[in-house]
Amino acid sequence: MTAPVLAEPMVNADSICKNYGSNEVLKGIDLKVYPGEVVCLIGPSGSGKSTFLRCINHLETVDGGRMWVNGKIVGYDLKGSKLYEQSHNDVCRSRTEVGMVFQQFNLFPHMTVLENLIEAPRLVRKEKKATAVARAKSLLEKVGLSDKADAYPRQLSGGQQQRVAIARALCMEPRLMLFDEPTSALDPELVGEVLKVMKDLANSGMTMVVVTHEMNFARDVADRVVFMADGYVVEQGPARDVITNPQNDRTKAFLASVLSETAAS
Amino acid sequence: MTAVSTRNGPEAKAADSYTVVKAKHPGRWLSAAAIIVVAALLLHSVFTNPNFGWDVVGLYLRDVSIGRGILVTLGLTAISMAIGIVLGVIFAVMRLSANPVVRTAAFAYVNFFRGTPVLVQLLFWFNLAALYPVITLGIPGLHLDANQLITPMTAAILGLGLNQGAYMSEIVRAGILSVDHGQTEAAEALGITRMQTMRRIVLPQAMRVIIPPTGNETIGMLKTTALVSVISVPELLYSAQIIYARSFETIPLLIVASLWYLLITSILTIGQYYLERRFARGNQRNLPPTPWQKLRRFIATHDALALKGGTR
Repeated sequence: MTAPVLAEPMVNADSICKNYGSNEVLKGIDLKVYPGEVVCLIGPSGSGKSTFLRCINHLETVDGGRMWVNGKIVGYDLKGSKLYEQSHNDVCRSRTEVGMVFQQFNLFPHMTVLENLIEAPRLVRKEKKATAVARAKSLLEKVGLSDKADAYPRQLSGGQQQRVAIARALCMEPRLMLFDEPTSALDPELVGEVLKVMKDLANSGMTMVVVTHEMNFARDVADRVVFMADGYVVEQGPARDVITNPQNDRTKAFLASVLSETAAS
Repeated sequence: MTAVSTRNGPEAKAADSYTVVKAKHPGRWLSAAAIIVVAALLLHSVFTNPNFGWDVVGLYLRDVSIGRGILVTLGLTAISMAIGIVLGVIFAVMRLSANPVVRTAAFAYVNFFRGTPVLVQLLFWFNLAALYPVITLGIPGLHLDANQLITPMTAAILGLGLNQGAYMSEIVRAGILSVDHGQTEAAEALGITRMQTMRRIVLPQAMRVIIPPTGNETIGMLKTTALVSVISVPELLYSAQIIYARSFETIPLLIVASLWYLLITSILTIGQYYLERRFARGNQRNLPPTPWQKLRRFIATHDALALKGGTR
């Protein structure tokens, strides 16, 4: 599985820096993600993986460097040689091309599953209810939850909630999907059902950036694995190579500790 | 353990046949008796002291002018609360704004109206004409006589509504802050704008936190409207006062007013219960049964004869 090199990268991060006060979280991240590619970000906690992911759809503003998504600079309009900061609503509009799945699902608890799915298409894309419902139902079928359309999120298991969250993001027909530790809040026996949905999505050709601790998923599904530590990209390469045969010492140490944990459990 | 359970002596065999003597609670009996005695004395005096004037109470309970007073009280409560809620939401959102001037303005409003007694505010509005005899609002051509514009009723609505807005804004703000930040992020990530997020995602969830204190505020407002009797708005208390000013039946008419206040607040309390239940949707897997449902279930599952037997 080598990275399919196509013309334009979907995501092009150019020396991204981010600090919270004096704490430098990202210290110049360069990363290109091409259409159809599945990239897993791995690394110890606090290495900046999630922060970087959130920079891609401008949930975090970058303090240095430029983030390009679909050939456009995230959060700014480029006119001549000047960058004009976008209004909040413009940022929102460009986000519709990028779907995101959170660790804590973040479903809207006061709405049924179906209402969760049609909310954004109705509000943002001004879709007719029938259109939105039809697509929502077909996506629910894809994630295997057709029978839960009228349930409230609280009535579902964690795995089911996360599958609904994936369907909700897909309802906006994004070209890129971001996953922020999608299985970390789940009971071990529920991880598989979510990973299966993600694997199907990857096989359907979706471009995905996944922050994960699931090394088996990274090895088997990702095209490329990026190992981050202390705000830098330490090592990256084809998934199987990085995970089974890491070159950098930090990567070796991290994988050794993670894999021994998996083996023990 | 094993030593005890393997012993097969006569004591072990007789374990079931012991008579259980329940603990006596003399303290409970004493305090209950004391309360019953005090209550009986109180009731006795209430029904035998002629100064209560129960016949007069009965006479005026359904008096026409009292009825009109009730309508004014209810209307005033509804309008003031409506103004209070609208202002509360606006100022709560302003308090959470990124703009420091907007934030400070909202804080100043809340601080001013919470920091002065509502009675003083009412008197201020009532006497607005002394401060601004002519109201122009800075609009050329607009020339309003404050004395005509600020009737007792407008003064009451302005005073109560603006004051309530300050309290409501704190309640709404607490509600908004109670909603998990992940909800806003999820909405943002889906491309939903800030205003839409507030209206569709955050406020409906904040309702669960906002509704119970708002119910209390409504009940409080119903009672606070009695204050506007000082600026002679003919609400329930003032209507009662007008009658006893003529007839000197002060106590019976205050009882009439109190009974009506009590009845309306009781009804509002029931309404609040069902409103809270409605907004708990999605936050609990199953809603707890209402008292009415509990009663029906109790009757359905408890056979009257079984109850009489009282065994178990």
